[in-house]
Amino acid sequence: MIKFQGVHKWFKALHVLNGIDLHVQKGEVLVVCGPSGSGKSTLIRTINRLEPIDQGTLIVDGMDLSHKKTDLNKLRAEVGFVFQQFNLYPHLSVIRNITLAPTKIRKTPTKEAEEQAMALLERVGLAIKRDAYPTELSGGQQQRVAIARALAMKPKIMLFDEPTSALDPEMIGEVLAVMQGLAGTGMTMVVVTHEMGFAREVADRIVFMDHGQILEEAKPEEFFKNPQHDRAKQFLKQLLSPMH
Amino acid sequence: MLNYHFDWSIITSGKYFDWLVSGLKTTLEISAVGIVGAFLIGLLIAVLKMSHFAPLRWAASAYLEFFRNTPLLVQIFFWYFGSYKILPAAVNDWLNNTNFEFAAAVLALTIYTSAFIAEDIRSGILSIPKEQMEAARSAGFSYLRSMQYIILPQAVRITVPPLVNQFLNLVKNSSLAMTIGVMEITYQARQVESYTFKGFEAFTAATVVYLTLSVTITAAMEFYNRRVLNPQRG
Ligand SMILES: Nc1ncnc2c1ncn2[C@@H]1O[C@H](COP(=O)(O)OP(=O)(O)OP(=O)(O)O)[C@@H](O)[C@H]1O
Ligand SMILES: [Mg+2]
Repeated sequence: MIKFQGVHKWFKALHVLNGIDLHVQKGEVLVVCGPSGSGKSTLIRTINRLEPIDQGTLIVDGMDLSHKKTDLNKLRAEVGFVFQQFNLYPHLSVIRNITLAPTKIRKTPTKEAEEQAMALLERVGLAIKRDAYPTELSGGQQQRVAIARALAMKPKIMLFDEPTSALDPEMIGEVLAVMQGLAGTGMTMVVVTHEMGFAREVADRIVFMDHGQILEEAKPEEFFKNPQHDRAKQFLKQLLSPMH
Repeated sequence: MLNYHFDWSIITSGKYFDWLVSGLKTTLEISAVGIVGAFLIGLLIAVLKMSHFAPLRWAASAYLEFFRNTPLLVQIFFWYFGSYKILPAAVNDWLNNTNFEFAAAVLALTIYTSAFIAEDIRSGILSIPKEQMEAARSAGFSYLRSMQYIILPQAVRITVPPLVNQFLNLVKNSSLAMTIGVMEITYQARQVESYTFKGFEAFTAATVVYLTLSVTITAAMEFYNRRVLNPQRG
């Protein structure tokens, strides 16, 4: 579904992706973790080409992103993206946030799009908020709407960049529950997160990044029980220490 | 001066009243066409100025600098006295059969105001967080569709106060059209004054017209902003 081969990227002199090789299967849930600045966001943003790559090949759903002719809008319609800061459209109500792309891009008739949006809102537990505006919702509710908005395009892949990092602790659970439910439907997911409970329970595989490289790639139980790399050990220790 | 006899009847009925009413109509026409035109062109220039294609950006910048930095009166004279010398004969024939003064005045006002509006809209667009564009692009919208559905609706909302200013300026600036013989309200008030020597009454009428127009525009935009652009409760 997603295949990185020798991918490099630079921000000026900063070598932010340094030879990434990674293969994500259809239906797989991959968690990406690593210290701040290690390139996790950049990596996940290359998958829908929010960031172009400088070297190597990246193939997503059969489309070659290193190729100039690839239709980015078509690619992006197949790939849902959930941001740390939700990024709902503040001028539109919840239901319009969800139906905008399906009606304008997929040309779904309004009524049908609204029915589908309501079904998604049911699924994330926010049907009563259909006519609310984003500013009237809590962070956790906004993020659940953002997930529903992404799902409304019926994507083949869902990308999450630290979806719970901007949330108050008591709201993290509700968002993770929605994501866990989604994983249960067989969705292909790439999730940047430091929620190790989620990683342990939901992920099929974990990759650990540092300085633009993938240092470790393992099943969750192996990764937590027996991390190979010193930096990964250190990272886990910090993350699980009570100071954090 | 102390012996001046006020005679309000000349501006509330009869021939001079009709002149003033026809002046009012013309002012309304110029303003309406000008506001719509200046807004649409301003929007276009603002988007072009932010294009990823450099020549479009340069063209938009040239337009902005040129029309913002020359006096409106000179621009009106340019379109009225200057443009027909360089236009094809067919266009001139057509213009001669229309109301050329009116067309020149509307064109000048529209273009002049659009340059200011473009800058206001551009600042509005720049004030929208870049994450909104990213969210739109991630959903599969093209750059222009993202602008249309996500960025511009938010930018316009922020831009309403400066836009009101530009619209009011346009209405007030429309009085300059009298210099090329457009019979708008200031022109007609001047006519009434020269026929009746009732300058106080005539220009009071013109003043009331401009004031009423300005207050109406401000109120309408306020309403639009509140009911249409900001329907959120609270
Ligand atoms: N647009 C950009 N221009 C220049 N440098 C950038 C840009 N985006 C990110 N960087 C730099 O690239 C490096 C990797 O950034 P990235 O956001 O991918 O890290 P991250 O692993 O997601 O970190 P965090 O956990 O803090 O989100 C950082 O040093 C960052 O400062
Ligand atoms: Mg990040």
